[in-house]
Amino acid sequence: MSLSEGDVKRIARLARLEISAADVPRYAHDLSAILAFVEQMGTVDTAAVAPMAHPLDAVQRLRDDAVTEGNEREAFQAIAPQVEQGLYLVPRVIE
Amino acid sequence: MHSKTIAELFADLRARRVSSSELTRHFLERISRFDSGLNSFISVTEDAAIAAAAAADRRLATGDAGPLTGIPLAHKDIFCTRGVKTSCGSRMLDNFISPYDATVVERMEQAGVVMLGKTNMDEFAMGSSNETSWYGPVRNPWDRTRVPGGSSGGSAAAVAARLAPAATGTDTGGSIRQPAALCGLTGLKPTYGRVSRYGMIAFASSLDQAGPIATSAEDAALLLTAMAGFDPRDSTSLERPVPDYRAQLDDTSVAGLTIGLPREYFGDGLDSGVARAVEEAVDVYRRLGANVVEVSLPNSALAVPTYYVVAPAECSSNLSRFDGVRFGYRCEEPLNLIDLYERSRGEGFGAEVKRRIMIGTYVLSAGYYDAYYLKAQRLRRLISDDFRRAFTEVDVILGPTAPTPAFGLGAKQDDPLTMYLCDIYTIAVNLAGLPALSLPCGFAGGLPVGLQLIGDYFADGRLLGLAHAYQRETDWHRRIPAEYK
Repeated sequence: MSLSEGDVKRIARLARLEISAADVPRYAHDLSAILAFVEQMGTVDTAAVAPMAHPLDAVQRLRDDAVTEGNEREAFQAIAPQVEQGLYLVPRVIE
Repeated sequence: MHSKTIAELFADLRARRVSSSELTRHFLERISRFDSGLNSFISVTEDAAIAAAAAADRRLATGDAGPLTGIPLAHKDIFCTRGVKTSCGSRMLDNFISPYDATVVERMEQAGVVMLGKTNMDEFAMGSSNETSWYGPVRNPWDRTRVPGGSSGGSAAAVAARLAPAATGTDTGGSIRQPAALCGLTGLKPTYGRVSRYGMIAFASSLDQAGPIATSAEDAALLLTAMAGFDPRDSTSLERPVPDYRAQLDDTSVAGLTIGLPREYFGDGLDSGVARAVEEAVDVYRRLGANVVEVSLPNSALAVPTYYVVAPAECSSNLSRFDGVRFGYRCEEPLNLIDLYERSRGEGFGAEVKRRIMIGTYVLSAGYYDAYYLKAQRLRRLISDDFRRAFTEVDVILGPTAPTPAFGLGAKQDDPLTMYLCDIYTIAVNLAGLPALSLPCGFAGGLPVGLQLIGDYFADGRLLGLAHAYQRETDWHRRIPAEYK
């Protein structure tokens, strides 16, 4: 599997990562090499094998729908890049 | 006093031969004297350590002390520590002062452990050499031109240089065992779910597991006993009682045990010096009465490719939380919301993290999910089944931890695939969720070699017992690099 520079830009956009134009060829090379390596997976027929998502095949543990945490908004917002009146600020989304 | 194990230090504390305050100052002094040459710490929490040591001394005086009370320890900077920078080795979290403690940190604190500081690591635990850290590479105390391994490289280097008696680590594909091997230490990756992941910054949630890096199996047993246990705040935490691993150390009898050597772990690519040291360790177990046989893990070669689909997929999802909005790094003067996301993440993450996020994004994207992610999950079961089958024939699996001893700084940095193959013997264990331990078994070219023991689910105690039995026969784990004696 070989990724073009256009593929890299598309993936970077999906992942919300800025990749500078100068770095795109390097990423295309590295990601292509990793995907080519991963292709070895195709050497084994797995049609009859059930996918394994979790080491112990555990099921999600459920708990009562109860409030267990206190409100720590101030502590959490104290480390935010930009807040005002208890709100997280981001650049204007709707003009 | 820095050459002693935790078990020995605690005997000194209890007998009042030393106080926790003296012990803590001793290690803080060693950090300030030696760490500029190693870069093993990101933060040293001196004032808090001195206060915690004084509190521990009060507990020791009143008899309200457990086996870790007053013992200094370093935490990998992946564990959230309230009021202390928790960077995960990344520029993204360089300004992150955690508002809460990880469960591991909380449990250690309750046990009376004194935190010395936070150790350096590969960025977001992605790496096998500790060279991807935003804070620069860590150097191996056995040879400072070489890497300590990764991702828990700072923890391993700090303990190897005796800047801390022990440290915590995390292991997603070998990140406790491989640095323990390269630095001559005992490191345990417990059974998946044994130790809570709450407050441990997530890389690949179905693989991540925390564990101790120490100078002996006995110390690792003491630490695991304190770290492990059910935690309702971790949805994959195991609801099983925690034994006293140290009290059980002598319950494992080597005589009559069947040890399996996987033939796939002794083939091409294994350094001859490493092979020799591992074979000599096998002889020690034979002498102790173990029955040694060959086993096969036929899908071993597929473990690394499978991992590099599963782990990046989970990482791309986990790391989407770093958005520059609620905490962490934010770019200067974003033009709009998309620009804020893209530049904060582009500038906040290093190259290896970006590569893995992009691989993960790709394998999960429409049209590729079945061919990559689902395929990898199917292979994951085959890899797990290999172990299941092997454990019907043998009690424990033994092999090398890493294919080579510590390599030079920069030697593999430009080629991600070469770096990925450092974990060729450790990754399958994470895919299966099994416990595994690395312990020192000799030297190759003056550098430590690690022996890996892999057990069946919940055999953490048996692995510690087997390592302890070996360490009573040998003194490799007692070796300290000359400059740090």
